Amino acid sequence: MESPSTDSLTGNPAKLIVEGVSKRFTSSRALVQALDDVSLTIADGEFVCLIGPSGCGKSTLLDIIAGLTKPDSGRVLADGKVVEGPGRQRLVMFQESALFPWLDAFGNVMFGLKLRPDLTRAERKDIANHFLQLVGLEKFKRAHVHELSGGMKQRVALARALAPDPQVLLMDEPFAALDALTRDQLYDDIQRIWIESRKTIVFVTHNVREAVCLGNRVVLMSPSPGRITTIFDIALPHPRDINSRDLAGDTSTIAAALKGTLKEAAFE
Amino acid sequence: MKRTAVALLFFAFLIGAWELAVRSGRWSVVLLPSPIFVAEYIWGALLDGTLLESTWVTLKRLLIGYAAGVIIGLPLGLLTSTTQILEDTIGSLALGFQTLPSVCWVPLALVWFGQTEGAMLFVVIMGTVWSVILATDHGARNIPPIYARAARTMGSEGLHKWTRVILPASLPFLVSGMKQGWAFAWRSLMAAEIYVTILTGFGLGHLLHYGRELNAMEQVIGIMIVIVVIGLLVDRLLFSPWERFLHRRWGTNVKAA
Ligand SMILES: Nc1ncnc2c1ncn2[C@@H]1O[C@H](COP(=O)(O)OP(=O)(O)O)[C@@H](O)[C@H]1O
Ligand SMILES: [Mg+2]
Repeated sequence: MESPSTDSLTGNPAKLIVEGVSKRFTSSRALVQALDDVSLTIADGEFVCLIGPSGCGKSTLLDIIAGLTKPDSGRVLADGKVVEGPGRQRLVMFQESALFPWLDAFGNVMFGLKLRPDLTRAERKDIANHFLQLVGLEKFKRAHVHELSGGMKQRVALARALAPDPQVLLMDEPFAALDALTRDQLYDDIQRIWIESRKTIVFVTHNVREAVCLGNRVVLMSPSPGRITTIFDIALPHPRDINSRDLAGDTSTIAAALKGTLKEAAFE
Repeated sequence: MKRTAVALLFFAFLIGAWELAVRSGRWSVVLLPSPIFVAEYIWGALLDGTLLESTWVTLKRLLIGYAAGVIIGLPLGLLTSTTQILEDTIGSLALGFQTLPSVCWVPLALVWFGQTEGAMLFVVIMGTVWSVILATDHGARNIPPIYARAARTMGSEGLHKWTRVILPASLPFLVSGMKQGWAFAWRSLMAAEIYVTILTGFGLGHLLHYGRELNAMEQVIGIMIVIVVIGLLVDRLLFSPWERFLHRRWGTNVKAA
């Protein structure tokens, strides 16, 4: 069950390497050790879920991988190169919709494409249409952001993140604010897209079942200081059904471990 | 349609009440002229060209002063929102001067520029620029940081970030800031025209002033009505299209905000 250092997809080269990353924040009153010497290797094409109680540094780790935040010490390698800042190869999808209200759905998907000088205008349009279709929103391409439901917004955000063809997709609790039915639908969609595109996905969540449903591996983190406690391999074949009984075993193991991290944190 | 009818009815009622008050004879017609006299004055001034001419003089000053105020204020507001030093210096200067009623600039303008167009412009710019700076600064600060983060990951930086993300994201605040700047420009110009007599052109404020000197109340009231109408028209022509655009895009009612 436990495999802290080896890749579950044996043979695939490492896509992302997090090496001894630490990060602290000094807020007005306290000093927070958000991440303490965190190391993690993620293989090309892997779907990794980061899970842990709120405040254990999941978002911080994702931001550091994205290059949006600089670590105090340690480093992140993407394709063997040190991450110095954000890059098109690692696109982020946030929990709240970060769609731009001054653009319609199509314009939002085009935003990242327009920053790729290697594409012609016609190619950009084709790609944007393709990804809107992929998330099932081709009919809503001219809709304004506020006219879309929460689930539709996250679909557009997914299309926007996928369109520039990043190799790594970083998702920070992207479905947390959605209702259960919409979420179930999106679990199917994201797995289908991942299977077809074989992108490397790092997916942050605090929902155990969600993590077991999606990930090749589930990385459990604990708070204060933010550390990786355990890494679980999920051997079930994709696509997985969130409501399937097959998920029950792994879910209860990880849920118990998660409870453990909470107790530990309460002790300290 | 129904709302227009209600509004029309209301104004008809007001004018009727006004006419009745005049007819009651309780006030001297010198102090309270009949709405018919006022209408006659406006019509006459329209026909002999004085009204159009002074409206043109006033609007020209207003547009030049306002444009200058916005052109100076917008970039300054964006700068103060991003740079701590500028916020502490220019930002606090703007905060201070914004509380100063623009008519207070008139004595200074007269001493510095004399009775010239320059004095007029100075007062209008001083009335406009501070509120534009503050509104822009406020707007740029209130952009959700997540927009900038999302844009950064997609490779937007520098000029692209400013023109494609920060500026459009702060549009709702910019429009309300420019609208506020407009209101201040209009008020300060009227103050300037009433207090500063200059020979290079008589604006609406001057007509108002001379109306009082000549005890021609129908002129005073007539010009006041014209000033109100111009203010409303500009609001409709200049700002309503923007507000409708924002309303459509953001799904918020900017007017109510
Ligand atoms: N910009 C920041 N300034 C100060 N403290 C921060 C900042 N970002 C995160 N933190 C703190 O770091 C810790 C980890 O935060 P975060 O990575 O958001 O956790 P998670 O996403 O797992 O809930 C929390 O205690 C949080 O309060
Ligand atoms: Mg988080």
